[in-house]
Amino acid sequence: MISPYPAVTLIVVLIGALTMAGGLVWAERRLLALWQDRYGPNRVGPFGVMQTLADMIKLFFKEDWIPPFADKWLFIMAPGIVMFTVLMSFVVVPFAPGMIISDLNIAVLFFLAMSSLGVYSIVLAGWSSDNKYALLGGMRAAAQMLSYEVFMGLSLMGTVLLAGSFDLVDIVNAQRHMWFVVPQFLGFVLFMIAGIAETRRLPFDLPESESELVAGYHSEYSGMKFGMFFVGEYIGILLISSMITVLFFGGWQGPVLPGIVWYFIKTFFFLGFFILLRAALPRPRFDQLMAWGWKLMLPLALANLLVTGAVKLAFFP
Amino acid sequence: MLSIIRTVWDVFLHAFRRRVTIQYPEQKAYLAARYRGRIILSRDPEGAERCVACYLCAVACPVDCIALQATEDNTGRRYPEFFRINFSRCIFCGYCEEACPTYAIQLTPDVEMGEYNRQNMVYEKEHLLIDGPGKYPDYNFWRVAGVEVGGKDKGEAEREAPPTDLRSLLP
Repeated sequence: MISPYPAVTLIVVLIGALTMAGGLVWAERRLLALWQDRYGPNRVGPFGVMQTLADMIKLFFKEDWIPPFADKWLFIMAPGIVMFTVLMSFVVVPFAPGMIISDLNIAVLFFLAMSSLGVYSIVLAGWSSDNKYALLGGMRAAAQMLSYEVFMGLSLMGTVLLAGSFDLVDIVNAQRHMWFVVPQFLGFVLFMIAGIAETRRLPFDLPESESELVAGYHSEYSGMKFGMFFVGEYIGILLISSMITVLFFGGWQGPVLPGIVWYFIKTFFFLGFFILLRAALPRPRFDQLMAWGWKLMLPLALANLLVTGAVKLAFFP
Repeated sequence: MLSIIRTVWDVFLHAFRRRVTIQYPEQKAYLAARYRGRIILSRDPEGAERCVACYLCAVACPVDCIALQATEDNTGRRYPEFFRINFSRCIFCGYCEEACPTYAIQLTPDVEMGEYNRQNMVYEKEHLLIDGPGKYPDYNFWRVAGVEVGGKDKGEAEREAPPTDLRSLLP
């Protein structure tokens, strides 16, 4: 079932995602400050809400410098790929019953494919900057994202098994009686960890390593290109929160309020949780990160899939 | 893994604690009375200025930011003709306050001295002199000093014995 006005939904989702990313910049600074016993920006507008606008104006006025030693077209294109892949993934997310841009029957696979394409942007950014630190950041990001993508797909397969379909609308509808977080708790935890690693968010933000690698893969970026990486990262978190609510927490289902309101409540809860993780956790070393992904998470994902499949075959044929 | 969950819960509880930021300029930080802020020249309890232009503060100053010139009024009392402190050089160390014998120069807990023009940071005597005695309300140097000025003779200061009579045979 596709919404009756797909073009309108498209524009609304596009503008909504970009606006919410801007709001997330402010929300993250205020929430991080809340958990660090200080105030965030509170001077620029009421409660500092104009801070994002001020930052945007500052970024636009910055000199848009492309390093002369950089690979010019890849350098310009890399931030665009980030934005493109995350925005494309929003095409298959169901916000409310009937409110989805495109009801693909392989929606889960589409989401996984888009997140795999996102690796390109980081690698190209690191490579085209022609800078050792940027290249190191790009290589670390590629290794991290590839490793964690492996068990991201496997952790989703549990929900697909339970719903019997790759279509996200079917998965939401199959959670009528019980949200999938209850039978698939391990899958939920694994998907959340994989999602944090995919969007390169603390504690998995070694690629951008603010205190270690200068700025990692985006050291050479300034002005609006840097802004695009930034906003792309925030839209990525928004996407992962949306996917968590859709796949494990029943999407738009809830007792009294309309569906879209429940969707937003659940998504904002997970956004707040991601910001809390950023405030609370230290950064692991890169080899610790990789060892954890391959030696702990992947076997757990496989075990989860095995048990889910076995139970489903045995009791619900 | 459990320690990670405990850390996240601990940081979450920080949301319910008071924030430690002091919202300047609406709220100001507490500065004790002995905080080494802006320098002033004080007057004694009778209202005359305390500074006797002894040059001790200028000598003690590690960055040489004090400039003054001594002169005498018609009662024989010394006072500074001009007294200039260059606050763009001053490091607020307090050595001048420690050196001053009359408690004239004092450091106060006022720190709001920002200027756009460097010339405005050179304070003259009319900017430094205040109407009150500052941090030491009861001290008058001339009452305890042995100099004969201000209507008192040798031996008439507080806690001072009169000068011995050299021509008397009594002890």
